[in-house]
Amino acid sequence: MDHILTYAQAEPTGAVTYAAASGLLSSVWLLVAIPLVSAAILLLLGRRADRWGHWLGVAAIGVAFVLGVASFLQLRGLENKSVELSLWDFIAVGNLRVDFGLLFDPLAAVFVLLITGVGFLIHLYAVEYMAHDEGRRRFFAYFNLFVAAMLLLVLGNNYVMLYFGWEGVGLASYLLISFWYGRPSAATAGKKAFLMNRVGDAGLAIGIFIMFATLGTTQYDEVFTGVGGLAGGTVLVLGLLLLLGACGKSGQFPLQAWLPDAMEGPTPVSALIHAATMVTAGVYLIARSNPIFSANATLQLVVVSVGAVTLLMGCLIGAAKDDIKRVLAWSTVSQIGYMFLGVGLGGGAYALAIVHLLAHGFFKANMFLGAGSVMHGMNDQVDIRRFGGLSKYMKVTWITFMMGWLAIIGMFPFSGFFSKEPIIVAAFEREGWTAWLFGGAALLGAGLTAFYMTRLFVLTFHGPKRWTEDIEHPHESPKLMTIPLILLAIGSVGAGFLLATSVPDWLTATAGLGGQTEGHEAVLSHVVITVLSLLVTVLGAGLAWMLFRAGTATEPQPAGVLVTAARRNLYTDAFNEAVFEKPGIFLTRALVFLDNRGVDGLVNGLAAAVGGGSGRLRRLQTGFVRSYATSILTGALLVVAAFLAVQAGWLA
Amino acid sequence: MTPDYYLILAAVLFTIGAVGVLVRRNAIVLFMCVELMLNAANLTLVTFSRINGDLNGQIMAFFVMVVAAAEVVIGLAIIMSIFRTRRSASVDDANLLKY
Amino acid sequence: MSDFPFLSVLTVAPLVGALVVVLLPRRRPELAKQVALGWSLLVLALSVVMWVSFQVDGDRLQFRESYPWIPTWGVNFTFAADGIALVMLMLIAVLVPLVILASWHDAESSKRSVPVYFALLLVLECTMIGVFAAADVFLFYVFFEVMLVPMYFLIGSYGGHQRQYAAVKFFLYSLVGGLFMLAAVVGLWVVGGKTLDWQTLTQVDISTGTERWLFLGFFLAFAIKAPFFPFHTWLPDAGGAAPAGAAALLVGVLDKVGTFGILRYCLPLFPEASKWFAPWALALGLIGIIYAALLAVGQSDLKRLVSYTSIAHFGFIGVGIFAFTTQAGTGAVLYMLNHGLATGLLFLVVGMLIARRGSALIKDFGGAGKLMPLLAGVLFFAGLASLALPGTAPFVSEFLVLIGTFTVNKPVAVIATLGIILAAAYVLWMVQRTTQGTLNPELTGIEAMRRDLSLREKVVVAPLIALVLLLGFYPKPVTDVINPAVQATMQDVGKTDPAPEVGSVQEASR
Repeated sequence: MDHILTYAQAEPTGAVTYAAASGLLSSVWLLVAIPLVSAAILLLLGRRADRWGHWLGVAAIGVAFVLGVASFLQLRGLENKSVELSLWDFIAVGNLRVDFGLLFDPLAAVFVLLITGVGFLIHLYAVEYMAHDEGRRRFFAYFNLFVAAMLLLVLGNNYVMLYFGWEGVGLASYLLISFWYGRPSAATAGKKAFLMNRVGDAGLAIGIFIMFATLGTTQYDEVFTGVGGLAGGTVLVLGLLLLLGACGKSGQFPLQAWLPDAMEGPTPVSALIHAATMVTAGVYLIARSNPIFSANATLQLVVVSVGAVTLLMGCLIGAAKDDIKRVLAWSTVSQIGYMFLGVGLGGGAYALAIVHLLAHGFFKANMFLGAGSVMHGMNDQVDIRRFGGLSKYMKVTWITFMMGWLAIIGMFPFSGFFSKEPIIVAAFEREGWTAWLFGGAALLGAGLTAFYMTRLFVLTFHGPKRWTEDIEHPHESPKLMTIPLILLAIGSVGAGFLLATSVPDWLTATAGLGGQTEGHEAVLSHVVITVLSLLVTVLGAGLAWMLFRAGTATEPQPAGVLVTAARRNLYTDAFNEAVFEKPGIFLTRALVFLDNRGVDGLVNGLAAAVGGGSGRLRRLQTGFVRSYATSILTGALLVVAAFLAVQAGWLA
Repeated sequence: MTPDYYLILAAVLFTIGAVGVLVRRNAIVLFMCVELMLNAANLTLVTFSRINGDLNGQIMAFFVMVVAAAEVVIGLAIIMSIFRTRRSASVDDANLLKY
Repeated sequence: MSDFPFLSVLTVAPLVGALVVVLLPRRRPELAKQVALGWSLLVLALSVVMWVSFQVDGDRLQFRESYPWIPTWGVNFTFAADGIALVMLMLIAVLVPLVILASWHDAESSKRSVPVYFALLLVLECTMIGVFAAADVFLFYVFFEVMLVPMYFLIGSYGGHQRQYAAVKFFLYSLVGGLFMLAAVVGLWVVGGKTLDWQTLTQVDISTGTERWLFLGFFLAFAIKAPFFPFHTWLPDAGGAAPAGAAALLVGVLDKVGTFGILRYCLPLFPEASKWFAPWALALGLIGIIYAALLAVGQSDLKRLVSYTSIAHFGFIGVGIFAFTTQAGTGAVLYMLNHGLATGLLFLVVGMLIARRGSALIKDFGGAGKLMPLLAGVLFFAGLASLALPGTAPFVSEFLVLIGTFTVNKPVAVIATLGIILAAAYVLWMVQRTTQGTLNPELTGIEAMRRDLSLREKVVVAPLIALVLLLGFYPKPVTDVINPAVQATMQDVGKTDPAPEVGSVQEASR
C-alpha cells in the first residue's frame, strides 16, 4: 500500500484556486436541474403522471449519469482539475457574498458518478419493487428530489450551497422514510431522522457563521486559503461543529440513533440514501474540509475517536439484531465509522476513506437490494430467524448477496479488502499508543464484521427452513430487480481493486486533499497487519458459520448482559428518551402551564383587578336621588371650603 | 342699608332648598326646593350686580330663569310620566336606574 | 410615473372599495365578494407599478407627498416609502386578494352580514397601507390605532370560539401600548420643536434621559404589537379566535407594524437609547425564540400553535434588528416579508383544514393525508417554509439574521440557532399528528374531509408557494431594495459591520 500512502505532496499552505468552467463543464448545473425538474413534474402532474411517471424518474437519473460521465471525461483532460461555475448571486448583503455556484473537481466528480450510477441502478430496481404500491409516482418524485439535493450538496462551491443540499437531502430522507406515512412507526422514524439531523445541521450552520465572522467568506477556495491564518482554538471549534454536522448526517456517535429507524422506508430508499450516498455526506464534508481538519491535531484525534467508537458500536449492535435491514443498517453505521477513521487520520488516508466510501456504496447497495429481493419473495418478512435455505430458491439473489458479503468482510480479492485494509494499516501508522488503540479497534471491527455478516448470510440463505406458515414457495425476483443486483455484484467484486489503484491519484488534484503525510512507520509491518486482518476475518466468519450453520431458534433467547445491551442499541435510545425526550415533553407542558397561568395570568389578573374594583365602585350608584344630591352637595361644600381655605391663607 | 342682608337671605333660602331636596320624598316638593335654590342663586347674582354696579349679574339671573323654566318643563313631564306608570310621586320609588 | 401620488392613492383606494362593497345590493353577497376581490387586485396592480418605479439607488424616502392637516400642531398628511416600507406594502397588496379569495365562504357560517366582512378586509388594507406609508409620526400613530378597529370587528363578529374575549383582549392590549406611544409622541413633539415630520425629527438631538423615556414609550407599543415576550399572550387568543383569513393578515402583516416601527421610529429617532436598550431587546428576542417554540410544541390547537410559531419568528426579527449589522438588519426585514408569506400560507391552509373538520384541535385529526393528499402536501410545504428549510424564502432571512448576529454577538446567535431545531420539532410533530399515522376513524364519516383542494383554494396557495420558492432561490431583487434602507438605518444608529477577524482574504484570492 505504500504507493497509496505517499502519493501526494500538495502544498499545505498554498492558495487554493479554481478555474472557471467552460465547454461541456459549463452545463454541470444540468446535473442538479434535470432530476429537480423531473421531481417537480411528477409532483405537479399528480395522478395524471401515474402511468409513466416512474420511467421519467429513471430516465432523469440516466441522463444525469450520462452527463456525469461526459463531464468526468472532460475534467480528466484539464490542467487545473477544479472547475467552478457561478450561476447567480444567492445572497449579497454588506460584505457577505454567497454565490449560487457549483464546483466540479475530482472529489465532486467521483461522488457524482457514485450518486448517479448507483442511483440509476436503484431507480431501475425500484420500478419493479414499488410496482404494486399506489404511491409509486410520488416515490419517484421524492427519489429524484433526493438525487438533485445530493448532487447540489457535493457540487456546491461554498458552504452555504453545501448546507442547502445538506438540508435538502434531509428533507428527501424524511419524505422517503415516512413514505408509508399511514404507519405511525414510519412517521415517527422520519421525524426522528429529521430532528437528529437538524441537531447536526445546527452545528454545521454555526460552523458557517464562524467562517464568515473570522474569514468573511463561505466560498471553499477562500476559506481553505485563509484557514491557515486562524487561531488554533478557532479551528478546533470550527472543526468540531462541522464534525457535529457530519455525525448527524452520517449516523455517527452520538447522533446514530436515527439511522436504524430509517429502515422503515422502502428498501430502495435504504439502499440509496441510508447506505450508499446520503449517509456518506459526513465523510464528504470532512474530506472536502480537509484543510480545516488537517490544521489541528486534536481535531483529527476527535474524528478518529468518533470513527473508532462508532465502528465498534455498530458491529456489536449489528451482531445482536434479527431484522435483516437493521443488521445492514448497523453495519452501515459501522462501515462509515471506518470512513471517519480514515478521514480523521488525515494525509493520504483521506483518499482511502473515499475509496472505501465508493466501494461501500456498491456492496452495501447490493446487499440492501438483495435484502429487498428476499423480502419481496418472502411476503415482506424481515426477521432472519424466519429465513433459511433460500439459496435453492433465489439463486441470483443468493449469488449476488454472497459477493456483497465477501466484499464487506474484506475477503481477498473482493472490493472490501482493497478499501478497508489500507485504512487498518493507516490506523496502525499513528504515533505511539494511539496506533495500537485505533489499529486494534479497526482490526477488532474487521473480525466482528465478519462474524455478524456471516451470521446474516448463513441464517438467510443456508441451514434449515424456518419460514412462517403462509409461505410455500419463495420466488426469485423479476429481471428488472435482478439486473441491478448483478451489476452491483460485479462492482462488489471488481471495484475495489480498480478504485484503490486509480482514485487516490485522481483525487490528488482536489484542493489540499491528501496533503503532507506524516512519516510515521507503522508499529507493525504491512504484511503482518494484512495477515492479521485476514486471520480475524476468517476467524469471525468461521465462528459464525459454526454457530449458525444449523439455524437458530425462532423465538428470542435469554441472553447475557452484553447481548441484551446490544439488542437495546447499547441503551442509547433509552438514554435519549430519558435525558431529552421525557424532560422535553415535561418542559413544554410546564411552560404551557406557566404561560397560561403565569404570563397570561398576570395579564388576566390585571384585567380582573380593574373589573373587580369597578364592581365595588359601582355600588355607589344606589338609584336614590337623594344620595346623589348628598354627594353633589358634599362636593360643592368641599370646593367652597377649599376656596375659603385658600382665601384665608390657612393652607399657606 | 347694606346688601349683606340680601346675601344672608339668599344663603338661608339656599340652605332651606338644599335641606328640602335631601329630606323630602315627594318629587313635586323636591322640585320646588330646587327652584328655591335657583332663586337663591339669582338673588345673590342680582345683589352682587348691584354691589359692583354692572349689569352682568342681572343678565345672568335672566339666563338662570330661562334655564329653570326649561328644566321645569322637562322635569314635570318626567314626573308626570313616572306618576302615571307607578302611581307614586315619591323619588325613592323611582330607584331602578342603579348599578 | 414617479410623480404619481402612489401612496395616498393606495391608501384611499381600499377605503373607497369598502364603501362600494357595503353599498351594493344586500341580496347579492356574491357580487360583494367579486367586487372586493377585483378591487384588491387593482390595488395589487398599482403596487406592482410602484415597485417597478422605485429607484433602488435613489433617495432613502421616495414617493414623498405632503398635504397640510393640522397646521397649528405642525401635523401633515405626509406619505413616503423607503425600501423597508415598500416591501411591506407589496406584501399587503399580495396577501389581501389571496385572503379575500381564501375567505370566500368563511363569513357565511357566521350570522353577520357577508359584504361587511369583505368591506372590513378592505378597510383593514387601507389602514395597513397607511401605517406603512406614513412619514409623519402623528399620521403613523393615527393609523396605528385605527388599524385596531376593523380587526376588532373581524375577530369579534366573525371569529370562532371565545371570539369576544379574544377581540377585547387584542383591542385593549394594543390600545394600552398605543397610549404609551401617544405620550411619547407628545413628548417628541415638545422636544422636537413642535413638528412631527419624521425626516425633520431624525435631525433633532435629544438629551439622553428624555431619549430613553421616549424610546421606551415607542418600544412598549411596538413590543406589544409585534409581539415580544412577555407581551405575547394576546396573540394566541386572537390568532386562535380570528377567522383564518383575518388571522393570516393579523400575523402576516399587522404584527409587522411592531417590528417595522422599531426600525423606522425607534432606531433613527432615538439611536443612543436604542443602543443602550439593545441588550435587553436582544434578551427579549432570544427568550421569545426558545420559549415560544417550546410552547408551540406543547399546543393542542392548530391556530394557537401557528400563533406561537410566529412569536418565535418575531424573536428572530427582534434579534436581527438589535444586532445592528447590515446582514442581520436586512435579514430581519426580509424575515418580515417571508414570514408574512410563509405564515400567511400556513394560516390559510390550517384554516382550510379546520373549515373541513369543524374543529381546530389537533387530536381531532390524524392520518388526514390519506383523505386529502394535496392539502396535506401544502400543509407540509408551509411547515417546511416555517422551519426555514433551504430553498424556501425564510431560510435566507433566518440565515442572514443569524450570520449577521454572530459577527457581533456569538452567544446570542448560538442560542438562537437552537431555535431551528425546535422549529423542526413543532412543525414535524404537528404534521405528524394531523396528516400522518393511522387514519382517525371519525374523519372518514365527515363528507368535507374527503374533498381535497378546490380550484379556488389552489389559486390561493399557488402564488404563495411560488413566491416562497422564488425568494428562496433568488432573493436578490428584494434584498437589493431592502439593503440601502437598512444601511441608512445602521448609519442613523452609528453602527458599522465588523471586519472579518482575519482580514483581506477576499483581496488575496479574487
